[in-house]
Amino acid sequence: MTKKIKKKAGAKRATSNLHTLLRGLLASGGVRLVDLTQTLSPAFPPIVLPPEMGQCRPFRMEEISRYDERGPGWYWNNLSFGEHTGTHFDAPIHWISGRDRPDNSVDTLPSKHFIAPACVIDCSAEAKVDADFLLTVRHVTAFEKRHGRIAAGAWVLMRTDWSKRTDPVAYQNLDDTGQHTPGPDPDCVRFLVQERDVLGFGTETIGTDAGQAAHFAPPYPCHYYMHGAGKYGLQCLCNLDRLPATGALIVAAPLKILDGSGSPLRVFAIVPARAGKR
Amino acid sequence: MALDIASKPRRKNPVLRTPLPTLPPGKRSRAALGLTAAAARGRLELQVCQECGATQYPPREVCGTCLSHRLVWRAQDGRGALTTETVLRTAQELFFRERTPWRVGTVRLDAGVSVIAYVHERVGAPPCRVRVAAALDRAGQGVLVALPEHGTADLSEDAKMRELTSDPRSRKVLITDGKTAPGQAIARALAACGAELIWIGESEPWKKFSSFEALRELPQAKFVPLDVTDGRSVRELAGEIGAKVDILINTADCHRTFSIAARRGVEPAQLEMEVNYFGLLRLAQEFTPIMKARAADGPASAVAWVNLLSIFALSNYPPHGTYSASKAAALSLSQALRAELQPAGVRVINVFPGPIDDEWDQLVLPPKLAPAAVAAAVVEALRGSAEDVYPGDVAQDWLARYLESPKTLERELTAHEPSQ
Repeated sequence: MTKKIKKKAGAKRATSNLHTLLRGLLASGGVRLVDLTQTLSPAFPPIVLPPEMGQCRPFRMEEISRYDERGPGWYWNNLSFGEHTGTHFDAPIHWISGRDRPDNSVDTLPSKHFIAPACVIDCSAEAKVDADFLLTVRHVTAFEKRHGRIAAGAWVLMRTDWSKRTDPVAYQNLDDTGQHTPGPDPDCVRFLVQERDVLGFGTETIGTDAGQAAHFAPPYPCHYYMHGAGKYGLQCLCNLDRLPATGALIVAAPLKILDGSGSPLRVFAIVPARAGKR
Repeated sequence: MALDIASKPRRKNPVLRTPLPTLPPGKRSRAALGLTAAAARGRLELQVCQECGATQYPPREVCGTCLSHRLVWRAQDGRGALTTETVLRTAQELFFRERTPWRVGTVRLDAGVSVIAYVHERVGAPPCRVRVAAALDRAGQGVLVALPEHGTADLSEDAKMRELTSDPRSRKVLITDGKTAPGQAIARALAACGAELIWIGESEPWKKFSSFEALRELPQAKFVPLDVTDGRSVRELAGEIGAKVDILINTADCHRTFSIAARRGVEPAQLEMEVNYFGLLRLAQEFTPIMKARAADGPASAVAWVNLLSIFALSNYPPHGTYSASKAAALSLSQALRAELQPAGVRVINVFPGPIDDEWDQLVLPPKLAPAAVAAAVVEALRGSAEDVYPGDVAQDWLARYLESPKTLERELTAHEPSQ
């Protein structure tokens, strides 16, 4: 009995301490929060596939009422969208290679993965001159030389500043040979999965793979290898330029959808003031 | 005062109240609606007695000659002689009061009956030979017009008869989706017949098509963002240009070629309904009120709403089963839209093409309708007065079979195994 009471009090103290600690850190500037999420809006471009294929619904909202005769004191909307709309999370079940993994859908995702450290590889200069820029193992090892080895269980985020393309046409960057957006090459993905055991891979573009990745071997290598190994994806991120190369914590908890292959989500980073330099 | 319809109308005086629309008398007996039904397709039909062969006018329940009730509607060539005419100079009916003088005459048809008809300004003084055509007036009811016997007289050439049309000349037109082949063809056809301004809706701007980009060469064309699946997009465009749109042509169309069994799930069918049915509903909710308010706004008033439907709306074509269903839903809704717009005299024109020569009808055997032929039919309907248009041989054939027996047509269409 006494033990139980003690434990309870301890838990209470921990709660109170955690809140006090975080509030203090935020107030003092020791820690800042960075929102990595694009606004869900009908204007935000969805993934483009040939029209005869199944299509991911773009984000749409229909007003239920707005302080009017349909609901006199309240405003709300009905939403519809595909699981892979806007800033969103990819679960392993999204890809055929990950279909038999344990806990592979967003509803079974282990909650310990909701918070994880991030390594942010700055490819913005390369992506600026080459929309089809591919991240290679060489780039990753160069990053590690400067910032240390990528820890197992960390997110690897590819910063390209692609999210600064606010014009949807430039953001999609389609021509008659398809999409031209940066992403990782197949060897790089294999390296991150097999040699570094990362938690997942995140990008600022529509898809964790490059725009031309349908022509890679295998097609869409980031989806194929990451999800095949039970890893995750984050895409359509923004504000990666406000993150340090290492030291940020990513909070990414997708909606708990039964058998869900992914979901839009609010992703943010907890960034210590004295984090590793870019 | 005759309106100079060849030149661009003067701008309106903004200190004056915008007039409200008035309509010609719209009441008809059930029998008389037969005239309207034929005029809706641009045809002149009169009742003919199956017992004695006498042609009837005005429409009636039993034969005026032999009292038989076996009266059937039959197409007429309308030829006859204008025997007398009068010019209406004053009227109790508000519609005519605002439009006098108005020529009306009596025509003795070769078919043996005398009819009362509006007289086109190109018809000379009686007695003279004329050709009587049926048209829909602003109340949506069938009326008769005496035209010159030979040659093609255009209703829109006559300042008064122009009231029966939705002439796009000098008008501002919104084409809701310029990325469809018919949408592009319609834009070009309207530019060629003198539309003042053509707004062309552009959805998904990141998808580039050279045929769409080529529309930029039209001096009247102005691209506007519009996605009929997005309520916000429709609302914003209606806010920006709604008060200027004289003619709305809904070309937004999602055509997926699946039978029920050929596709698991409802995803493509939902998209078809989103575009073809809910898209029309969104447009109707946002644009109808302002178009009604501008239905008498001078010579370039809000005048017509065109829906590009499909002949598959009449009876389901199982290889394109879900598409047919979405077009049937749109057809049903367009009838409600007609009821909404009718009090203002804004005409709803439904176009029912057969298979169009585009990517989605690739596997349909010819004859297929060229997009330019669809556009020509739309322009013809606007310059005339029909509200139901069935362009091309396939549509005409299906319509004839449908009118004869909807059930027989259904059986014929469902007899084949869905092939796709």
